[in-house]
Amino acid sequence: MSEFLDPKLAGWLIDAAYFLAAILFILGLKKMSHPTTARGGIVWAGIGMVVATVISYLTPDMHNYLLMTAAIFVGGVLAWWTGKKVAMTDMPQMIALYNGMGGGSAAAIAAVELLRLMTGKGLSHDIPAARELAVIGALIGTIAFSGSLIAFAKLQGWMRKVYRFPGQQVFNALVFVAIIVLGFMLALTDFTAWHFIAFFGLALLFGVLMTVPIGGADMPVVISLYNALTGLAVGFEGYVLDNPAMMIAGIVVGSAGTLLTQLMARAMNRPLTNVLFAGFGTGDSGG
Amino acid sequence: MEGFIALYIFMLAAFTGYEIISKVPVILHTPLMSGSNFVHGIVLVGAMVALGHADTTTEQVIGFIAVLLGAGNAVGGYVVTERMLEMFKPSNKDKKGDAS
Repeated sequence: MSEFLDPKLAGWLIDAAYFLAAILFILGLKKMSHPTTARGGIVWAGIGMVVATVISYLTPDMHNYLLMTAAIFVGGVLAWWTGKKVAMTDMPQMIALYNGMGGGSAAAIAAVELLRLMTGKGLSHDIPAARELAVIGALIGTIAFSGSLIAFAKLQGWMRKVYRFPGQQVFNALVFVAIIVLGFMLALTDFTAWHFIAFFGLALLFGVLMTVPIGGADMPVVISLYNALTGLAVGFEGYVLDNPAMMIAGIVVGSAGTLLTQLMARAMNRPLTNVLFAGFGTGDSGG
Repeated sequence: MEGFIALYIFMLAAFTGYEIISKVPVILHTPLMSGSNFVHGIVLVGAMVALGHADTTTEQVIGFIAVLLGAGNAVGGYVVTERMLEMFKPSNKDKKGDAS
Protein backbone atom coordinates (compact mmCIF):
# COMPACT_ATOMS: atom_id res chain seq x y z
CA MET A 1 0.00 0.00 0.00
CA SER A 2 2.85 2.35 0.75
CA GLU A 3 4.07 2.24 -2.87
CA PHE A 4 1.44 4.85 -3.78
CA LEU A 5 3.03 7.31 -1.41
CA ASP A 6 6.44 8.88 -1.12
CA PRO A 7 8.10 6.98 1.79
CA LYS A 8 9.10 10.26 3.44
CA LEU A 9 5.55 11.54 3.39
CA ALA A 10 4.27 8.20 4.65
CA GLY A 11 6.79 8.31 7.51
CA TRP A 12 5.73 11.84 8.41
CA LEU A 13 2.05 10.94 8.33
CA ILE A 14 2.67 7.94 10.60
CA ASP A 15 4.67 10.03 13.10
CA ALA A 16 2.02 12.75 13.11
CA ALA A 17 -0.84 10.26 13.55
CA TYR A 18 0.92 8.49 16.44
CA PHE A 19 1.60 11.85 18.09
CA LEU A 20 -2.07 12.80 17.77
CA ALA A 21 -3.13 9.38 19.08
CA ALA A 22 -0.88 9.74 22.13
CA ILE A 23 -2.42 13.15 22.95
CA LEU A 24 -5.94 11.81 22.48
CA PHE A 25 -5.24 8.79 24.71
CA ILE A 26 -3.90 10.95 27.55
CA LEU A 27 -6.72 13.51 27.30
CA GLY A 28 -9.25 10.69 26.99
CA LEU A 29 -8.01 8.99 30.16
CA LYS A 30 -7.97 12.35 31.95
CA LYS A 31 -11.60 12.95 30.96
CA MET A 32 -12.54 9.40 31.96
CA SER A 33 -11.44 10.09 35.54
CA HIS A 34 -14.20 12.71 36.07
CA PRO A 35 -17.88 11.71 36.12
CA THR A 36 -19.12 14.65 34.04
CA THR A 37 -16.65 14.20 31.20
CA ALA A 38 -16.13 10.43 31.35
CA ARG A 39 -18.29 9.59 28.36
CA GLY A 40 -16.48 12.00 26.06
CA GLY A 41 -13.17 10.54 27.19
CA ILE A 42 -13.70 7.14 25.61
CA VAL A 43 -14.78 8.79 22.35
CA TRP A 44 -11.55 10.84 22.22
CA ALA A 45 -9.44 7.78 22.91
CA GLY A 46 -11.44 5.87 20.29
CA ILE A 47 -10.69 8.49 17.64
CA GLY A 48 -7.00 8.23 18.50
CA MET A 49 -7.15 4.45 18.07
CA VAL A 50 -8.88 4.64 14.66
CA VAL A 51 -6.40 7.24 13.38
CA ALA A 52 -3.39 5.21 14.53
CA THR A 53 -4.73 1.94 13.10
CA VAL A 54 -5.66 3.34 9.68
CA ILE A 55 -2.36 5.20 9.27
CA SER A 56 -0.38 2.06 10.23
CA TYR A 57 -1.38 0.57 6.86
CA LEU A 58 1.07 3.06 5.31
CA THR A 59 4.07 1.57 7.18
CA PRO A 60 6.78 1.01 4.52
CA ASP A 61 7.84 -2.46 3.27
CA MET A 62 4.86 -4.35 4.65
CA HIS A 63 3.12 -7.34 3.10
CA ASN A 64 0.40 -9.79 4.28
CA TYR A 65 -2.22 -7.03 3.97
CA LEU A 66 -4.95 -9.57 3.34
CA LEU A 67 -4.11 -11.61 6.45
CA MET A 68 -3.86 -8.40 8.46
CA THR A 69 -7.25 -7.11 7.38
CA ALA A 70 -8.85 -10.52 7.89
CA ALA A 71 -7.44 -10.72 11.44
CA ILE A 72 -8.66 -7.21 12.30
CA PHE A 73 -12.08 -8.00 10.86
CA VAL A 74 -12.52 -11.35 12.62
CA GLY A 75 -11.10 -10.17 15.95
CA GLY A 76 -13.02 -6.90 15.79
CA VAL A 77 -16.38 -8.43 14.90
CA LEU A 78 -16.13 -11.16 17.55
CA ALA A 79 -15.16 -8.63 20.22
CA TRP A 80 -17.88 -6.19 19.12
CA TRP A 81 -20.52 -8.90 19.23
CA THR A 82 -19.50 -10.31 22.62
CA GLY A 83 -19.06 -6.82 24.09
CA LYS A 84 -22.57 -5.73 23.01
CA LYS A 85 -24.21 -8.97 24.10
CA VAL A 86 -23.06 -9.37 27.73
CA ALA A 87 -25.14 -8.24 30.67
CA MET A 88 -24.03 -5.10 32.53
CA THR A 89 -23.21 -7.21 35.61
CA ASP A 90 -20.78 -9.35 33.59
CA MET A 91 -18.59 -6.42 32.57
CA PRO A 92 -15.59 -7.17 34.84
CA GLN A 93 -14.91 -10.56 33.23
CA MET A 94 -15.20 -9.04 29.76
CA ILE A 95 -12.55 -6.48 30.75
CA ALA A 96 -10.42 -9.44 31.89
CA LEU A 97 -10.98 -11.24 28.58
CA TYR A 98 -10.10 -8.26 26.37
CA ASN A 99 -7.16 -7.40 28.62
CA GLY A 100 -5.87 -10.95 28.27
CA MET A 101 -6.08 -10.54 24.50
CA GLY A 102 -3.93 -7.41 24.69
CA GLY A 103 -1.34 -9.23 26.81
CA GLY A 104 -1.37 -12.14 24.39
CA SER A 105 -0.93 -9.77 21.47
CA ALA A 106 2.11 -8.13 23.10
CA ALA A 107 3.57 -11.58 23.84
CA ALA A 108 2.94 -12.69 20.24
CA ILE A 109 4.75 -9.59 18.93
CA ALA A 110 7.72 -10.50 21.14
CA ALA A 111 7.53 -14.10 19.85
CA VAL A 112 7.72 -12.91 16.22
CA GLU A 113 10.73 -10.74 17.04
CA LEU A 114 12.49 -13.59 18.89
CA LEU A 115 11.76 -15.96 16.00
CA ARG A 116 13.39 -13.49 13.62
CA LEU A 117 16.43 -13.61 15.89
CA MET A 118 16.43 -17.41 15.93
CA THR A 119 16.29 -17.68 12.14
CA GLY A 120 19.25 -15.29 11.89
CA LYS A 121 17.41 -12.29 10.45
CA GLY A 122 17.89 -10.18 13.57
CA LEU A 123 15.38 -7.92 15.31
CA SER A 124 13.41 -5.55 13.10
CA HIS A 125 15.12 -2.55 14.74
CA ASP A 126 18.74 -2.53 15.77
CA ILE A 127 18.43 -0.51 18.98
CA PRO A 128 20.22 -1.05 22.30
CA ALA A 129 18.51 -3.32 24.86
CA ALA A 130 15.73 -4.18 22.37
CA ARG A 131 16.28 -7.92 22.80
CA GLU A 132 16.20 -7.73 26.60
CA LEU A 133 13.05 -5.60 26.62
CA ALA A 134 11.43 -7.96 24.10
CA VAL A 135 12.00 -10.86 26.51
CA ILE A 136 10.73 -8.90 29.55
CA GLY A 137 7.66 -7.76 27.58
CA ALA A 138 7.07 -11.34 26.45
CA LEU A 139 7.15 -12.57 30.06
CA ILE A 140 4.81 -9.87 31.41
CA GLY A 141 2.45 -10.13 28.44
CA THR A 142 2.19 -13.92 28.65
CA ILE A 143 1.49 -13.86 32.41
CA ALA A 144 -1.17 -11.17 31.87
CA PHE A 145 -2.66 -13.32 29.08
CA SER A 146 -3.10 -16.59 30.96
CA GLY A 147 -3.82 -14.85 34.28
CA SER A 148 -6.59 -12.75 32.74
CA LEU A 149 -8.15 -15.80 31.07
CA ILE A 150 -8.28 -17.57 34.45
CA ALA A 151 -9.81 -14.42 35.99
CA PHE A 152 -12.38 -14.46 33.19
CA ALA A 153 -13.15 -18.16 33.76
CA LYS A 154 -13.59 -17.60 37.50
CA LEU A 155 -15.94 -14.63 37.18
CA GLN A 156 -17.89 -16.36 34.40
CA GLY A 157 -18.50 -19.23 36.81
CA TRP A 158 -16.54 -21.77 34.75
CA MET A 159 -14.07 -22.27 37.58
CA ARG A 160 -15.72 -22.03 40.94
CA LYS A 161 -13.09 -23.77 43.00
CA VAL A 162 -10.12 -22.02 44.58
CA TYR A 163 -7.17 -24.31 43.86
CA ARG A 164 -4.62 -24.56 46.64
CA PHE A 165 -2.13 -27.31 47.36
CA PRO A 166 0.66 -27.79 49.91
CA GLY A 167 3.90 -26.07 49.00
CA GLN A 168 2.21 -23.95 46.35
CA GLN A 169 4.29 -20.90 47.14
CA VAL A 170 7.56 -22.83 46.82
CA PHE A 171 6.40 -24.47 43.59
CA ASN A 172 5.44 -21.09 42.09
CA ALA A 173 8.79 -19.65 43.11
CA LEU A 174 10.61 -22.55 41.41
CA VAL A 175 8.61 -22.07 38.20
CA PHE A 176 9.43 -18.37 38.29
CA VAL A 177 13.15 -19.05 38.75
CA ALA A 178 13.06 -21.42 35.75
CA ILE A 179 11.36 -18.71 33.67
CA ILE A 180 14.01 -16.16 34.67
CA VAL A 181 16.83 -18.57 33.70
CA LEU A 182 15.18 -19.27 30.33
CA GLY A 183 14.60 -15.54 29.89
CA PHE A 184 18.32 -14.86 30.37
CA MET A 185 19.08 -17.55 27.77
CA LEU A 186 16.68 -15.95 25.29
CA ALA A 187 18.09 -12.49 25.94
CA LEU A 188 21.79 -13.31 25.93
CA THR A 189 22.61 -16.64 24.21
CA ASP A 190 22.01 -18.47 20.92
CA PHE A 191 18.84 -20.15 22.08
CA THR A 192 17.01 -23.05 20.40
CA ALA A 193 13.34 -23.62 19.64
CA TRP A 194 13.05 -25.69 22.84
CA HIS A 195 14.16 -22.78 25.04
CA PHE A 196 11.67 -20.59 23.22
CA ILE A 197 8.79 -23.02 23.74
CA ALA A 198 9.72 -23.74 27.38
CA PHE A 199 9.92 -20.02 28.15
CA PHE A 200 6.47 -19.22 26.79
CA GLY A 201 4.97 -22.45 28.16
CA LEU A 202 6.21 -21.84 31.70
CA ALA A 203 5.15 -18.18 31.56
CA LEU A 204 1.63 -19.30 30.59
CA LEU A 205 1.67 -21.79 33.45
CA PHE A 206 2.85 -19.14 35.90
CA GLY A 207 -0.04 -16.82 35.02
CA VAL A 208 -2.43 -19.68 35.75
CA LEU A 209 -0.68 -20.65 39.01
CA MET A 210 -0.67 -17.06 40.20
CA THR A 211 -4.42 -16.61 39.65
CA VAL A 212 -6.05 -19.92 40.66
CA PRO A 213 -5.59 -19.44 44.45
CA ILE A 214 -7.35 -16.05 44.42
CA GLY A 215 -11.06 -15.91 45.20
CA GLY A 216 -13.73 -14.33 42.98
CA ALA A 217 -14.38 -11.34 45.26
CA ASP A 218 -10.79 -10.16 44.85
CA MET A 219 -10.82 -10.57 41.07
CA PRO A 220 -11.46 -6.91 40.10
CA VAL A 221 -8.24 -5.90 41.86
CA VAL A 222 -6.35 -8.73 40.15
CA ILE A 223 -7.79 -7.79 36.74
CA SER A 224 -6.65 -4.21 37.33
CA LEU A 225 -3.16 -5.53 38.12
CA TYR A 226 -3.07 -7.57 34.90
CA ASN A 227 -4.35 -4.51 33.06
CA ALA A 228 -1.34 -2.56 34.32
CA LEU A 229 0.97 -5.46 33.40
CA THR A 230 -0.41 -5.60 29.85
CA GLY A 231 0.20 -1.85 29.60
CA LEU A 232 3.84 -2.37 30.59
CA ALA A 233 4.26 -5.22 28.11
CA VAL A 234 2.79 -3.06 25.33
CA GLY A 235 5.13 -0.21 26.27
CA PHE A 236 8.20 -2.48 26.16
CA GLU A 237 7.22 -4.06 22.84
CA GLY A 238 6.64 -0.52 21.57
CA TYR A 239 10.29 0.21 22.28
CA VAL A 240 11.32 -2.98 20.46
CA LEU A 241 9.29 -1.95 17.40
CA ASP A 242 10.45 1.68 17.67
CA ASN A 243 6.81 2.74 18.00
CA PRO A 244 6.34 5.80 20.27
CA ALA A 245 2.52 5.56 20.33
CA MET A 246 2.76 2.10 21.88
CA MET A 247 5.48 3.23 24.30
CA ILE A 248 3.48 6.21 25.57
CA ALA A 249 0.06 4.55 25.70
CA GLY A 250 1.53 1.39 27.24
CA ILE A 251 3.50 3.09 30.00
CA VAL A 252 0.69 5.56 30.77
CA VAL A 253 -1.64 2.58 31.26
CA GLY A 254 1.07 0.74 33.17
CA SER A 255 1.42 3.49 35.76
CA ALA A 256 -2.24 4.57 35.82
CA GLY A 257 -3.21 0.91 36.17
CA THR A 258 -0.79 0.39 39.05
CA LEU A 259 -2.23 3.39 40.90
CA LEU A 260 -5.76 2.23 40.12
CA THR A 261 -4.98 -1.24 41.47
CA GLN A 262 -3.81 0.30 44.74
CA LEU A 263 -6.88 2.58 44.92
CA MET A 264 -9.19 -0.39 44.34
CA ALA A 265 -7.46 -2.48 46.98
CA ARG A 266 -7.71 0.47 49.38
CA ALA A 267 -11.43 0.86 48.60
CA MET A 268 -11.82 -2.76 49.76
CA ASN A 269 -9.85 -1.92 52.91
CA ARG A 270 -7.15 -4.46 52.07
CA PRO A 271 -3.51 -4.04 51.21
CA LEU A 272 -2.62 -5.32 47.73
CA THR A 273 -0.16 -7.91 49.04
CA ASN A 274 -2.99 -9.41 51.07
CA VAL A 275 -5.12 -9.85 47.93
CA LEU A 276 -2.30 -11.42 45.96
CA PHE A 277 -0.61 -13.63 48.49
CA ALA A 278 -3.27 -14.46 51.10
CA GLY A 279 -4.17 -17.58 49.12
CA PHE A 280 -0.57 -18.71 48.94
CA GLY A 281 -0.18 -18.28 52.69
CA THR A 282 -3.10 -20.55 53.57
CA GLY A 283 -1.89 -23.12 51.06
CA ASP A 284 1.40 -23.26 52.89
CA SER A 285 -0.02 -23.61 56.37
CA GLY A 286 -2.21 -26.43 55.08
CA GLY A 287 0.87 -28.37 54.05
CA MET B 1 15.32 5.57 19.02
CA GLU B 2 18.18 6.70 21.24
CA GLY B 3 18.29 4.85 24.55
CA PHE B 4 18.02 7.94 26.71
CA ILE B 5 15.21 9.48 24.64
CA ALA B 6 13.28 6.25 25.21
CA LEU B 7 14.02 6.47 28.95
CA TYR B 8 12.71 10.05 29.02
CA ILE B 9 9.55 8.94 27.22
CA PHE B 10 9.05 6.07 29.69
CA MET B 11 9.66 8.36 32.68
CA LEU B 12 7.34 11.18 31.52
CA ALA B 13 4.62 8.72 30.46
CA ALA B 14 4.79 7.04 33.87
CA PHE B 15 4.32 10.36 35.71
CA THR B 16 1.53 11.34 33.31
CA GLY B 17 -0.37 8.11 33.91
CA TYR B 18 -0.05 8.56 37.66
CA GLU B 19 -1.15 12.22 37.62
CA ILE B 20 -4.14 12.02 35.29
CA ILE B 21 -6.06 9.50 37.37
CA SER B 22 -4.93 10.46 40.87
CA LYS B 23 -8.28 12.08 41.75
CA VAL B 24 -10.63 9.46 40.37
CA PRO B 25 -13.81 8.84 42.42
CA VAL B 26 -14.59 5.29 43.54
CA ILE B 27 -17.60 4.89 41.19
CA LEU B 28 -15.30 5.39 38.20
CA HIS B 29 -12.75 2.73 39.20
CA THR B 30 -14.19 -0.03 37.01
CA PRO B 31 -15.00 2.18 33.97
CA LEU B 32 -11.51 3.69 34.14
CA MET B 33 -9.96 0.23 34.34
CA SER B 34 -11.95 -0.63 31.24
CA GLY B 35 -10.91 2.62 29.54
CA SER B 36 -7.23 2.04 30.19
CA ASN B 37 -7.73 -1.54 29.00
CA PHE B 38 -8.96 -0.02 25.72
CA VAL B 39 -5.98 2.35 25.49
CA HIS B 40 -3.43 -0.47 25.56
CA GLY B 41 -5.34 -1.89 22.60
CA ILE B 42 -2.84 0.27 20.66
CA VAL B 43 -0.85 -2.98 20.70
CA LEU B 44 -2.87 -3.61 17.51
CA VAL B 45 -0.66 -1.26 15.48
CA GLY B 46 2.47 -3.05 16.68
CA ALA B 47 0.89 -6.38 15.80
CA MET B 48 0.06 -5.06 12.32
CA VAL B 49 3.68 -4.05 11.78
CA ALA B 50 4.91 -7.42 13.10
CA LEU B 51 2.58 -9.34 10.76
CA GLY B 52 3.40 -6.97 7.90
CA HIS B 53 7.08 -7.88 8.17
CA ALA B 54 6.56 -11.63 8.76
CA ASP B 55 8.08 -13.94 6.13
CA THR B 56 8.00 -17.55 7.32
CA THR B 57 4.75 -19.41 7.94
CA THR B 58 5.41 -19.61 11.68
CA GLU B 59 5.91 -15.85 11.84
CA GLN B 60 2.75 -15.31 9.82
CA VAL B 61 0.71 -17.55 12.10
CA ILE B 62 1.95 -15.85 15.28
CA GLY B 63 1.61 -12.43 13.66
CA PHE B 64 -1.96 -13.27 12.64
CA ILE B 65 -2.75 -14.26 16.24
CA ALA B 66 -1.17 -11.01 17.45
CA VAL B 67 -3.37 -8.89 15.16
CA LEU B 68 -6.48 -10.93 15.98
CA LEU B 69 -5.94 -10.54 19.74
CA GLY B 70 -4.96 -6.87 19.41
CA ALA B 71 -8.11 -6.08 17.43
CA GLY B 72 -10.15 -7.94 20.07
CA ASN B 73 -8.54 -5.86 22.82
CA ALA B 74 -9.18 -2.55 21.04
CA VAL B 75 -12.73 -3.17 19.82
CA GLY B 76 -13.93 -5.11 22.87
CA GLY B 77 -12.35 -2.57 25.21
CA TYR B 78 -14.14 0.26 23.43
CA VAL B 79 -17.54 -1.42 23.39
CA VAL B 80 -17.62 -2.35 27.08
CA THR B 81 -16.20 1.02 28.21
CA GLU B 82 -18.74 2.88 26.09
CA ARG B 83 -21.58 0.80 27.52
CA MET B 84 -20.43 1.40 31.08
CA LEU B 85 -20.04 5.14 30.56
CA GLU B 86 -23.55 5.34 29.07
CA MET B 87 -24.57 5.67 32.71
CA PHE B 88 -22.62 8.92 32.99
CA LYS B 89 -24.45 10.74 30.18
CA PRO B 90 -24.27 14.53 30.55
CA SER B 91 -28.12 14.68 30.48
CA ASN B 92 -28.38 13.30 34.05
CA LYS B 93 -26.49 16.23 35.45
CA ASP B 94 -28.30 16.32 38.80
CA LYS B 95 -27.42 12.67 39.42
CA LYS B 96 -23.81 13.39 38.71
CA GLY B 97 -23.53 16.06 41.33
CA ASP B 98 -24.21 13.47 44.02
CA ALA B 99 -21.94 10.91 42.46
CA SER B 100 -18.81 13.04 42.46
